[in-house]
Amino acid sequence: MNDIADLTLAALRDALKAKKVSSLEATQAYLANIEKAKALNAFITVTPDKAREMAKASDARLAKGEGGPLEGVPLGIKDLFCTEGAPTTAGSRILDGFRPPYESSVTANLWRDGAVMLGKLNMDEFAMGSSNETSYYGPVVNPWRKKGGNSDLTPGGSSGGSSAAVAARLCAAATATDTGGSIRQPASLTGTVGVKPTYGRCSRWGIVAFASSLDQAGPIARDVRDAAIMLRSMAGCDPKDSTAVDRPVPDYEAALARSPKGLRIGVPKEYRVEGMPEEIERIWAQGVDWLKDAGCEIVEISLPLTKYALPVYYIVAPAEASSNLARYDGVRYGFRAKEYKDLLSMYEETRAQGFGDEVKRRILIGTYVLSAGYYDAYYLRAQKVRKRIFDEFVEAFGRVDLILTPSTPSAAFALGEKTADPVQMYLNDVFTVTANLAGLPGASVPAGLDRDGLPLGLQLLARPFDEETMFTGMAALEKAAGFKARPEPWWG
Amino acid sequence: MSVQPRKLLKGETGDWEVVVGLEVHAQVISKAKLFSGASAAYGAGPNENVSMVDAAMPGMLPVINRFCVEQAVRTGLGLNAKINLWSRFDRKNYFYPDLPQGYQISQYKDPIVGEGEIEVELDGGETIVVGIERLHLEQDAGKSIHDLSPKESYVDLNRAGVALMEIVSRPDMRSADEAAAYFSKLRTILRYLGTCDGNMEEGSMRADVNVSVRRPGEPFGTRTETKNINSIRYVKQAVEYEARRQIAVLESGGEIEQETRLFNVATGETRPMRSKEDAHDYRYFPDPDLLPLELDPEWVERIRNSLPELPDAKKHRFIRDYGLSAYDAAVLAADRARADYFEAVAKGRDGKLAANWVTTELFGALNRAGREIEATPVAAERLGALIDLIAEGVISGRIAKDVFAVMFETGEDPAKIVEERGLKQVTDAGAIEKVVDEIIAANPAQVEQVKAKPKTFGWFVGQVMKATAGKANPQAVNDILKRKLGLE
Repeated sequence: MNDIADLTLAALRDALKAKKVSSLEATQAYLANIEKAKALNAFITVTPDKAREMAKASDARLAKGEGGPLEGVPLGIKDLFCTEGAPTTAGSRILDGFRPPYESSVTANLWRDGAVMLGKLNMDEFAMGSSNETSYYGPVVNPWRKKGGNSDLTPGGSSGGSSAAVAARLCAAATATDTGGSIRQPASLTGTVGVKPTYGRCSRWGIVAFASSLDQAGPIARDVRDAAIMLRSMAGCDPKDSTAVDRPVPDYEAALARSPKGLRIGVPKEYRVEGMPEEIERIWAQGVDWLKDAGCEIVEISLPLTKYALPVYYIVAPAEASSNLARYDGVRYGFRAKEYKDLLSMYEETRAQGFGDEVKRRILIGTYVLSAGYYDAYYLRAQKVRKRIFDEFVEAFGRVDLILTPSTPSAAFALGEKTADPVQMYLNDVFTVTANLAGLPGASVPAGLDRDGLPLGLQLLARPFDEETMFTGMAALEKAAGFKARPEPWWG
Repeated sequence: MSVQPRKLLKGETGDWEVVVGLEVHAQVISKAKLFSGASAAYGAGPNENVSMVDAAMPGMLPVINRFCVEQAVRTGLGLNAKINLWSRFDRKNYFYPDLPQGYQISQYKDPIVGEGEIEVELDGGETIVVGIERLHLEQDAGKSIHDLSPKESYVDLNRAGVALMEIVSRPDMRSADEAAAYFSKLRTILRYLGTCDGNMEEGSMRADVNVSVRRPGEPFGTRTETKNINSIRYVKQAVEYEARRQIAVLESGGEIEQETRLFNVATGETRPMRSKEDAHDYRYFPDPDLLPLELDPEWVERIRNSLPELPDAKKHRFIRDYGLSAYDAAVLAADRARADYFEAVAKGRDGKLAANWVTTELFGALNRAGREIEATPVAAERLGALIDLIAEGVISGRIAKDVFAVMFETGEDPAKIVEERGLKQVTDAGAIEKVVDEIIAANPAQVEQVKAKPKTFGWFVGQVMKATAGKANPQAVNDILKRKLGLE
């Protein structure tokens, strides 16, 4: 560890502007940390030459008193974002050797604002997973360990590389994506802040698609301010994405200074699952008290359709995925099986060898629910329930400004613990999928440690495009929680 | 529709009625593709017009081309069809190397255009009405090329993503001729509208032909679909072949299988491609990358107001204003450039005479020369001037044909040709009388004969015209001959 890498993004940004440090120094510091943290397996690809080159260019701009809001700040990029000329794998073998000749809109926004790319972060294959164990490149290891323990824990998923890298100070902040909880769950499991903005807030152009109507990019960062700074740069309209919304991007950092006084906080009684540790109930109740003390009004609410969210999600997301992943056929790019006898066997062998089990499982489920004879019973019904879940939220947000829930039903679990039972794994998303189904913004903020010394997060949900109020609430939680714990750097 | 006995097909065991419906794929005239900025132009080198979206690179997203939507609306209006202000794009999923996305973006449940109808003229002057069920927008696929290498196939994605309109008719046609006439009329309308160039040899218009047969008065039989037919003649052949084949199968006690068939242009036959059991499950679902398409009714009205006069309206106007027969009017209105040419000739002149000259002489000459109206050597004003020379009695209709032949060769002014070649008509009664007298004097036997058989009168006219090199005014020749021969 070294001092520069300990600076928050906001602090680094200010130090760079004040020329107290150079971007090259910061970049070297992070590259050194990455080098030492191989045991975490957080990066699939490190791009040191590109990083130094970008850092030098930033330093030149900073020297002239120029530069954007992220000038010189080194970032990690989830390997779902296409980055021009740099390998982009989506954690899958099927994209072996693929180097996109284009840059995703979100990363292009970050480079426009002066950020520096350190490399591409590990993730569950095609963002399908909650523990980072479906990655073709192997699981990421959580920098956090149980007090006195030395077994490897999951950093969450699918953005496990992002959460681990931020928690272990391998980058100032990271991009991530969230289709059913893939930003908020890993953030919760690593003591970091994760923000999934409203669907349409960030462009999806150039992000490898998992489930198009649910996918949304967002940041994982060390604190709420850093997340606000990141989101402001990542967000924005994009004529290349018809689902990106043409609205001005607010100054989210400014929202942190607003008073939470008078905000109405909804507490939904349904956000509980069987076997949920008592500590999660406790930290949730603690969060309610913190916000009450900050002057918020607490409102008990009911979201009875929550129990259908997970089944609906596991119909809609695989359905879209089964179609989105059809393009990986071995014809034009990426992996192709070495031996095949005709076109059909080329498809079959390529996809059989190129995709992992979880991806295959979801393609099968998705293909099934869209098939003639099953479409109405599964896909169409799921879409109807999805609409009702949205309506239920609209109604709730008529009475409250924010909704407070736990982020996850458990703290970080051991690698291998849930891989044998997909349904147990899917239950990780139980509190987060609703926001994706309804298109709402949601965030996870670290709230405390459990008795094993592992971080637990609280989730805030807000009205569509009201990320500012969400950030105000997040800042209030962060201030009250005073979460300062850090993982012991066992990895080097 | 009532059964028209003369359209029934005779089988071994009695009469059969053929029922035809067409699904026509028409390429939208547009600079760019339906969901990408790549050029939609025909004839580029392999894979030159391919964007990252067309190649389905990871993370690429479709964005609807507004102009293609406008073209679809324009076409819908031209087909007298309902424009759906809310429509949606769906994914049709299947694997093939020339379909890079693994799905085609199409419109399944909610097409942009709903029901409409068009009038179709048949060769004998009869007009039928054919219902349009729907029109939707979709992407074309690329092209697989299997004959460049013995072991490999090649893929050209230039067409991948090009905008197509699929226009689905009702099963309203009852013969091969009706199907061909409908296809032809649809092409005419699309070309008028400027929404499809109708170049069939470039694949701009292709038809899937649905054919079934039944005993008159019975419910529809099982249909077959013959895919990808790219000429009016082949549509006719395919329907004829399928109808005959199906009748033969049924009359020998067999059943028609619902299947997809291919047309062989060399033999005019169809053969099975895949049966209903092998049919794909396309797993249609709304494309989550695209928002529903919502049209502003005012925008639709602006398009409606900008439509050109369509062939049916033009045909009716030609009949009304120029006194043309329905057949001539339809022939002229079938092509916008030809109709415009005719109007330029007919303006201020005898419409019927103008129609005759344009359809018979000009179109005949163009046909023989293998030229389109756009490349006519005879400008409309000059053909008009030729007609004026006839009307003014300067030349006869017969001489005019010779003058026209020269005009077609040289493109020259008819007055100049007449002047230079001394083709002016002889109307001087004295000069004609002199020739008539000479002929009567030299042919006493014929003079005797014509009194008994007035039909031989024409022989005298021919002799006079021959003697005057065709320049004598035919009316004057008639009058003088009749008087001198005492036939009045």
